[in-house]
Amino acid sequence: MSSFDNKEKQRHANFTRRSLMLSGGITAIFGLMAGRLYQLQVVDGDQYFAQAEENRISDRLLAPPRSRILDRFGVPLATSRRNYRVMVIPERTGNLAGTLDELAKVIPVNDRVRARLLKDEGSYKPFVPVLVSDNLSWDDFARLNLDLPYFRGVQPEVGETRDYPYAEEFSHVLGYVAAVSPEDKEKDTSADPLLEVPGFRIGKRGIEKTFDTRIRGHAGASRVEVNAYGRVIRELERKPGVPGEEVYLTLDKELQSFIHDRLKDESAGAAIMDVQTGDVLALVSTPGFDPNAFNRGLTSAEWAALTESDHKPLVNKVMAGIYPPGSTFKTVTALAALDAGAITPDTIFHCNGAFELGSHAFHCWRKQGHGPLNLRGGIKNSCDCFFYQAALKLGIDGLQAGAKRLGLGQTTGIEIPGERNGFIPDRYWKQATFHEPWQLGETVVAGIGQGYILATPLQLCVLAARIASGMQVMPRIVHSLGAQRLSRPAIEPVGFSPDALNVVRDAMSSVTNEPGGTAYPWRITDPTMAMAGKTGTAQVRVISNEERQHGVRSNESLPWNLRDHGLFIGFAPVDKPRYAIAVVIEHGGLNSHPQVQLARDVLALAQTRDVLGRPTAYPLQAASL
Amino acid sequence: MSDFSYGDWSHQVPLHRKISRIDWTLVGLIGLIACTGFAMLFSAANGSFSPWADRQMIRFLVGLGILVSVACIDIRVWMGLAYPAYFVSLLLLVAVEVAGHVGLGAQRWIELGPLELQPSELMKISLVLALARYLNGLGTGEISRPFQLAAALSLIAAPVVLVLMQPNLGTAALLLMCGCLMMFLAGLSWFWIVPTIISVMIAVPMVWRFALHDYQKARVMTFLDPGSDALGAGWNITQAKIALGSGGLLGKGFLMGTQSRLNFLPEKETDFIFTMVGEEFGFIGSIALLALFAVVLYYGMQIALRSRSQFGRLLAAGIVINFFLYIMINALMVMGLIPVVGIPMPLISYGGSAMMTVMFGFGLLMSVHVHRSIVVPRSSSGMI
Repeated sequence: MSSFDNKEKQRHANFTRRSLMLSGGITAIFGLMAGRLYQLQVVDGDQYFAQAEENRISDRLLAPPRSRILDRFGVPLATSRRNYRVMVIPERTGNLAGTLDELAKVIPVNDRVRARLLKDEGSYKPFVPVLVSDNLSWDDFARLNLDLPYFRGVQPEVGETRDYPYAEEFSHVLGYVAAVSPEDKEKDTSADPLLEVPGFRIGKRGIEKTFDTRIRGHAGASRVEVNAYGRVIRELERKPGVPGEEVYLTLDKELQSFIHDRLKDESAGAAIMDVQTGDVLALVSTPGFDPNAFNRGLTSAEWAALTESDHKPLVNKVMAGIYPPGSTFKTVTALAALDAGAITPDTIFHCNGAFELGSHAFHCWRKQGHGPLNLRGGIKNSCDCFFYQAALKLGIDGLQAGAKRLGLGQTTGIEIPGERNGFIPDRYWKQATFHEPWQLGETVVAGIGQGYILATPLQLCVLAARIASGMQVMPRIVHSLGAQRLSRPAIEPVGFSPDALNVVRDAMSSVTNEPGGTAYPWRITDPTMAMAGKTGTAQVRVISNEERQHGVRSNESLPWNLRDHGLFIGFAPVDKPRYAIAVVIEHGGLNSHPQVQLARDVLALAQTRDVLGRPTAYPLQAASL
Repeated sequence: MSDFSYGDWSHQVPLHRKISRIDWTLVGLIGLIACTGFAMLFSAANGSFSPWADRQMIRFLVGLGILVSVACIDIRVWMGLAYPAYFVSLLLLVAVEVAGHVGLGAQRWIELGPLELQPSELMKISLVLALARYLNGLGTGEISRPFQLAAALSLIAAPVVLVLMQPNLGTAALLLMCGCLMMFLAGLSWFWIVPTIISVMIAVPMVWRFALHDYQKARVMTFLDPGSDALGAGWNITQAKIALGSGGLLGKGFLMGTQSRLNFLPEKETDFIFTMVGEEFGFIGSIALLALFAVVLYYGMQIALRSRSQFGRLLAAGIVINFFLYIMINALMVMGLIPVVGIPMPLISYGGSAMMTVMFGFGLLMSVHVHRSIVVPRSSSGMI
């Protein structure tokens, strides 16, 4: 063996030894890898599997579309409309600011939204879509979809949103929907998961609020697989939501729109109802507000405009506005006095312009007086002195009981939140509040609907309906929910003698239909549709004696907010009443009697349209009466 | 001196005999691993051959051609090419570095017509060749002499520094480890090895603790682990672990990996493809793949051990080490045991450069096998 061979053998042996060590090391590393795999996949496998599932599966609540609200003839008053909106996934745009600029060339992009998105860009997960614009017009949306290939990270979406096609006209009846506030969540006892759905809206006012849980329906759920960007790849499972029940109101859209249109520049309330059933056919408070704006979110300017207006658009005057009923209340005094036997139809009271009780003189609106009058004349001329004396004869207890029986001083129970009581005073209240006994003079002014007495326009409408029908009708505005008719108690007679009722009705007819009646100029001339009624004004300022002597200033010459309120209650047709109406126009007590004109036109329209005679669109009754 | 007849330059084996000497079992194993890669790329594209699997197949076929061609070339030729290849690679590394500095942007590759040449990939082969060549000239124990050791370390250090400057930490680490392990195989004395290991083990924590300011530590951490302060890479490794782990024992099934299909898994077709194997085929599947790799490594070491020349042994072992380091760094990286560095899983990950490097390396390995009987003298400088 040469030394070369030896050295070469030595090198080979050395290499072999070292490579065995290396192989040992490699084996150890493979052991480490296998051990790590065992730990990750076998020991912790379930946990990682759960994480992978959590990654990929996203449970989303499905909000069913909010049910519609319709009028008695099936005209939709609140519907769900498609909401075209645009989302952007910041991560995928590459350049958010640039993408927003490009978008702004195609669709409207609000500057404030743009600024907020850019400011918050760093603070959100970049793969979570953010809303750029919603409530887009179909044209804008279609244009965007056409240009979509040129945009990166832009997602057009179609959602649903509440729509009130008649906006202001039904705002006080329907209310509005808006985003769920933390307080709403706190107050909510239903634990409805829908409240957690982003962008979900709940009813905040009106019918939307009263029947919110029944209109909103029940949440469905969609289990979807999402990718790393949060985009839905496919739906794994879907449990559709259960839509809520459609609400049929007793309202007639045409009447409501007609009244609203006439009153929209006033601060006013008006109601018209079926005298037999209490079905409300129109319930208007003006000015209204645009519920769509509340749904979308009011700007601070819009909110300021609503809260600062002296016409108070957010107050539902027809049921939460309380007014001294004024002369319309004389019908109450008359009926209660007749029924109690305090007066007869033939009882005569004299009017010489004022009625003196003790040292105090109570003036009639007609300075020169009406002379001797019976009840019919008292109502026809709206003589104050007659009713001062009638009230005095009847006494406050009888008057208070009569007023209550006619629906005043208590809520009517209409299915809209926020109704007010109005007020009918009695001696116990006076004693408890002022620690003084009831004064006769207070009975005197109560007889003409002044003093402490307050009523809402809706209560006045109930009053008119009860006089017209002699039944204790209560106003109802919701006919049915889904196919279920809302139950209502049987309607009892109001409890006044038919004779007394007839006398008062006849007297009210003379107001409008006989020359000299306070509303004669604004009568319905068609005898088959003729209306009966009672006018009223309510002072909002004190008239001094000095002014009384020099002639009371006309309302027309006063600033708007000092003018009298103008009131009217009525029913039609006279001989077989079907419709009762009440109109209150704040500071509308003008010589042209706009409230009477409106009542005339509404009653005429209701009868021409034959609102109560036309077939309704109410769903078939599950259990018909 | 009859052995010299094997080393006779004039002694040439005919081509068909060389081809028949190729270890086709090893080629088959390599093909099996590559097929696993095709399947995963097919799955990564949600069950489609495009865009990855089809191209990867073509690359593999080209790679097979390279393997066979390289295998048929005498190892002495490769020995002769070792230094030129090393210096060309070094020059190219300098060139990309300079090009990066003169304003062409940071580049790791040079364009040669339609080919993109990554000098760092080239260097993985060149360094093995050059070290094998250099160490072949040293007798037992000579590597431990200071001058020879310094020369060998310089051979390693030059490309490591250049690659580190790119910066390409993964490849630099791979080159450094590969070089050191080859020196270990060449018989570097424990006298050097043990103190080095001990001093490194002492120095690193000491330096870390006393010599570095906090901001420097932070910089080092960021350099070592980009995930420590970036949302992106942290997300990557989390999702990779979820993918691997969620496969469980048996996996979710072929084409059923949710992490990859839904894009939770980043770079699923390249560096993180091993996690797809884990997700779709589970513990059993990933262990099977690792076992396949281990068998290939075993075959490679057998080839190294059977070679009659130190050059052949070191060349074969260097290729095996290289291949192993690829696997180790990639696997430990996706398992979350070491920081994320851009090292692909060989034969599986999508990518042309790595496929070519690996197949070229297997070609050299096979060349050692084909030419195992040739004795290369210590004094030889190869043949060209």
